[in-house]
Amino acid sequence: MRDNLLGKLYANGEVITRQGEIGDCMYVVQRGQVEIILESPDGSETGVAVIKEGDLFGEMAILEKLPRSATARAIGEARVLTVDRRTFLRRVKEDPTLALNIFRSLSQRIRNMNRELEEARKQVRNP
Amino acid sequence: MAILGGGPAGSLFSYFLLRWAEVIDLDLSVDIFEPRQFGHCGPSGCNHCGGIVSESLVQLLATDGINLPGDVVQRGIDSYMLHMDAGSVRIRTPMSQSRIAAVYRGNGPRLGGPTGLDGFDRFLQSMAVERGATVVPQLVHGVHREPDGRIRVETVEGHRAVYELVVVACGVNSRLMGDLLAAEGRPEAAAGTVKTFICEFGLGRDVIAQRLGQSMHVFLLDLPRLQFAALIPKGDFVTLAMLGDDIDDELVAAFLGTREVRERFPDGLPPPNCCHCFPRINIRGTHRPYGDRIVMIGDAGVARLYKDGIGAAYRTAKAAASAAIFNGVAARDFERHYMPACRSISNDNLIGKMIFAASHVAQRYAFCRRAIFRMTWAEQSVPHGPRRMSGILWDLFSGSAPYTDIMRRACHPAFVAGIVRHLVWRDGTPTRNPASEGAANAR
Repeated sequence: MRDNLLGKLYANGEVITRQGEIGDCMYVVQRGQVEIILESPDGSETGVAVIKEGDLFGEMAILEKLPRSATARAIGEARVLTVDRRTFLRRVKEDPTLALNIFRSLSQRIRNMNRELEEARKQVRNP
Repeated sequence: MAILGGGPAGSLFSYFLLRWAEVIDLDLSVDIFEPRQFGHCGPSGCNHCGGIVSESLVQLLATDGINLPGDVVQRGIDSYMLHMDAGSVRIRTPMSQSRIAAVYRGNGPRLGGPTGLDGFDRFLQSMAVERGATVVPQLVHGVHREPDGRIRVETVEGHRAVYELVVVACGVNSRLMGDLLAAEGRPEAAAGTVKTFICEFGLGRDVIAQRLGQSMHVFLLDLPRLQFAALIPKGDFVTLAMLGDDIDDELVAAFLGTREVRERFPDGLPPPNCCHCFPRINIRGTHRPYGDRIVMIGDAGVARLYKDGIGAAYRTAKAAASAAIFNGVAARDFERHYMPACRSISNDNLIGKMIFAASHVAQRYAFCRRAIFRMTWAEQSVPHGPRRMSGILWDLFSGSAPYTDIMRRACHPAFVAGIVRHLVWRDGTPTRNPASEGAANAR
């Protein structure tokens, strides 16, 4: 029963947003999972995160008008809702608490990056 | 704190208040007074509303971490189908995705049998309970101020307790609001209301998919006293929502008898409805919806004109919760930190009145209706062209943008030039073709 789900349905491996594109929205996963990938000029890919149901990604495009820093791709079937920059900015002036969830997401990401950086350092010191 | 009413405004207020209280380590006790059982089918478990969660509200809730689950959303709406005597045209969502949620405010129609789905109000209430709120399933009949300024709440069932803050979230269909303002000696401050009509038709999921698809069907017809009418597909049922002046059985019958409406139903005949009501909606906010230790939110405070009542409940609930937890519960705190949100909605409604007046005039004249149809049809025929009329109609029907924003776009020279061109230019725009509309719906 798919007529009662919100957002857009992506097939397994389908690209939701591509690294380098200029974005004007962020995304919230309604169902399924999404992987975040860094693409190198030589064509290789590095997985940097897996976004789960209820979590958001692509939020940097809401805050700054720069090219997307990574590619997002569906793992299995994924249902993803788009949140427009315009809708967000229109409301955040009256309701600054709207940004709290984005701060929480960014904070979690920095925490994960610190952990991964620490693990990488340990591996360099003790190969 | 006492919350009088456990609909979206009351539940969202409780949810955000308790969420922020946890962040700042504040221990709060919240009682939600709601006699209605949202698990019951029919009017006794329903908050009497068309049940549309607007495109902007779906996005804002998701940003706030509130994602509507599949058993709450009866159908994801991805487009609007505009029906006029000049023809029918589909207006697609700007992002080509289902971003409008059709929901039930209770547990489905009176004669509909168990839906197996969850109601929107019950979902929000359960979120508030998970955060620590307590639901008191009793009917409030008295609110009195104690000598120390705190407020005593009494219920018909005999509950009596004194609270630091009372939040009135009982809507405009409850007698409590009138009683409260009368007790304060300002009955004239009550919100202005207008009667609407809502009913449900049981057609079955397959028939709905074939006849209506994932679209909300909006009718701009030249019927006296009718402002707006829409058919909203939801699971096995279709909700009819009508707005206008003094809506009565005669106007409902006249609407259901029009060719444009009959074509939406199998054999061109709407079946008998399985649940109906004539609820009132807020069209003019309560004057000064706050006092010392008391604040009115949702329809009891201020709502958006004709549209997005749940969105206004969300905005006022958050603004009041933020004021109460970060500033205080005195009248001056609500004046400084809650009233700006109410004023913003009220001022936008003034522009909304002008837009609906213009829309009403356009509804009356066939040449205006034809121009609107032609311009929309021309825009929807070009995949990536400018969508000035479509965008305005989309935001007007969906309640996604402030009326001020819609007015600004309606005054744009390119829009004015476009509408003038379609007023005078008769192109090859197709006339009505019900067969092709049916095929389009069955996508």
